Amino acid sequence: MSALTPPAASAETRVLDTRPGAEGPSAAYWTAFAVVVALLALSPLVLPGFWQRFATEILIWGLLAMSSDLLIGYTGMVSFGHSAFFGLGMYGAAAALLAVRPPSLWLALLTGLVAAAVVAMFVAFFSTRLRDIYFSITTLVFSQIFYVIIFTWTEVTGGENGLTFRQPPFAIPGLFSIPFTRNGLHWFVLAVVALSYLLLRRITQSPFGMVLQSIRENEPRTRAIGYHVERYKIVAVMLSGLFAGLAGVLYAIQNKFAAPDFVLFLISGETVIFNVMGGMGTLVGPVAGAAFFLLMKEVFSRVFYEYYLIPVGVIFTLMVIFLPQGLLGFLRRRLNQ
Amino acid sequence: MIPLDQVLVQIVNGLVNGMILALVASGLTLIFGIMDIVNFAHGDLFMLGAYVGTTAFLTTGNFWIALLASVLTMALLGAVLQATALRPLLGRDPLTTILATFGLSLIIQNYALWQYGPVPRKINEPITGHFQLFYVEYPWYRLLIAVMSAAIIGGLYLFMKYGKHGIWIRATTQDRVMAAAMGIPVPWVHTVVFAIGAGMAAASGVLFGPTVGINHAMGFDFTLRAFVVVVVGGMGNLGGSILASIFISLLESLAAIWVSPAQAVIVSFVALILTLLIRPTGLFVPTPK
Repeated sequence: MSALTPPAASAETRVLDTRPGAEGPSAAYWTAFAVVVALLALSPLVLPGFWQRFATEILIWGLLAMSSDLLIGYTGMVSFGHSAFFGLGMYGAAAALLAVRPPSLWLALLTGLVAAAVVAMFVAFFSTRLRDIYFSITTLVFSQIFYVIIFTWTEVTGGENGLTFRQPPFAIPGLFSIPFTRNGLHWFVLAVVALSYLLLRRITQSPFGMVLQSIRENEPRTRAIGYHVERYKIVAVMLSGLFAGLAGVLYAIQNKFAAPDFVLFLISGETVIFNVMGGMGTLVGPVAGAAFFLLMKEVFSRVFYEYYLIPVGVIFTLMVIFLPQGLLGFLRRRLNQ
Repeated sequence: MIPLDQVLVQIVNGLVNGMILALVASGLTLIFGIMDIVNFAHGDLFMLGAYVGTTAFLTTGNFWIALLASVLTMALLGAVLQATALRPLLGRDPLTTILATFGLSLIIQNYALWQYGPVPRKINEPITGHFQLFYVEYPWYRLLIAVMSAAIIGGLYLFMKYGKHGIWIRATTQDRVMAAAMGIPVPWVHTVVFAIGAGMAAASGVLFGPTVGINHAMGFDFTLRAFVVVVVGGMGNLGGSILASIFISLLESLAAIWVSPAQAVIVSFVALILTLLIRPTGLFVPTPK
């Protein structure tokens, strides 16, 4: 990481905003955070069966959305390849759950993250040499490469049918091992997602995150100041891929399968939709975007059946034109304080 | 050892596929070069064009009328899409156009699924004869596709080079503001260019239709391949994307001798990545001075 050290101490430059209260998150921010987490924790206790599962899904897709926000919202690189990281997280977890008896939750997390990290490193090395739409197209092409490999390598990946496995228990080796209940899984996912949020937030507010935002605002100037822009981008893609892989692991554990459909570009497209709908560059926005999208999908698929993507596409296109800030974009300043 | 005649048949296949791809990609590169719009829905215009062709073919029974009807319908649709969804984005980050056209792609794809159902459809080819090409009976129609594609692209080239409105389009590419100052109606040029691109996509869709089953998901494959071609050929460069289409299709056809066609796609992806690493401006453009 030494190569990433900025040429001059830049910690002071962080406080660009001189309004009172700009030094750190306010008490109001933490109160709101605590309330939201508490509500999410309570939700399975009050919601009917179907919506319990729905809440967990929102959290997982929200994590995927947050991970890509690090690139889209903070670094200004629109990745159309997040399905590769998500999918490899799923298959990495599947490998551990199928190979090791009894299945271990922590080993699955580890292998999923390693798989996603390796893929992210590979993608990052090539794609970060390019900017704007070229970056988008390259990430899209990479995710398609992994899709084709997974889809056609039937002996290892199960091909079109994917892999199914048993859910690992929640265990600490040597202490206890209890199978996941419906609510237990929700709380586990909530804990992972909340921690990831805090971590991502810390990353975006660190000097490293400030450099990413500076790349978004003006890349030539960032380079001129002396930052090694490519290295920052590579690390950004890898971090983003790691969190996307984490979301993939959680999804695999929740649904007990890994399928090539989750490596397909449609998942990447949905991830971008989450960001645009919720508000790029806010971290919380994309989660709200994921919730909004999944809710729309649920409602419209009851009215329009499998053609629900027609109204969703119309709403999405209208939002790109008329509401480029997204649903929570107006809160951007507050959420990033 | 691979028999030589198999290689030669695959080369003919590659050339034919390359001409179809060139027709799709030249529309895409035209739209990009002039408006900075990366049209994610381009393959879906291709797909919808093919479907409109089937409908027109069912009602008229004539392939050539179906081709013309599909081109005109899709050009009109393209003009409407540009005027409603893309015109407001003019001057914004080109990335927003990817997002907007991605939305359009979802709408068109699912509209096609809704309208035409999940069962693949087919158009009958206008000529059914075969000729002996080494060990296969090769359909004349496939050669006709290549000739038709070349004719359409040639027509576009002549129009751009000598037509009054073609000169307007080129002027708009070079300098939008200056063109407007000279009295060229730039917003209309944009709409017409998008319509031409959509019409060319529809033409390739109808021409390609008889060789495969038309289904609602086939557009994405072509979008992706056209992207690869356009980047390899040099963004916004018409001649480059035609050469790149043929190059990429030849690579895929030859790779299909050893691996399945699904895996052969990876070869073109690798070609893209290598191009971006070695020569990011595109393989078929002169070195910038």
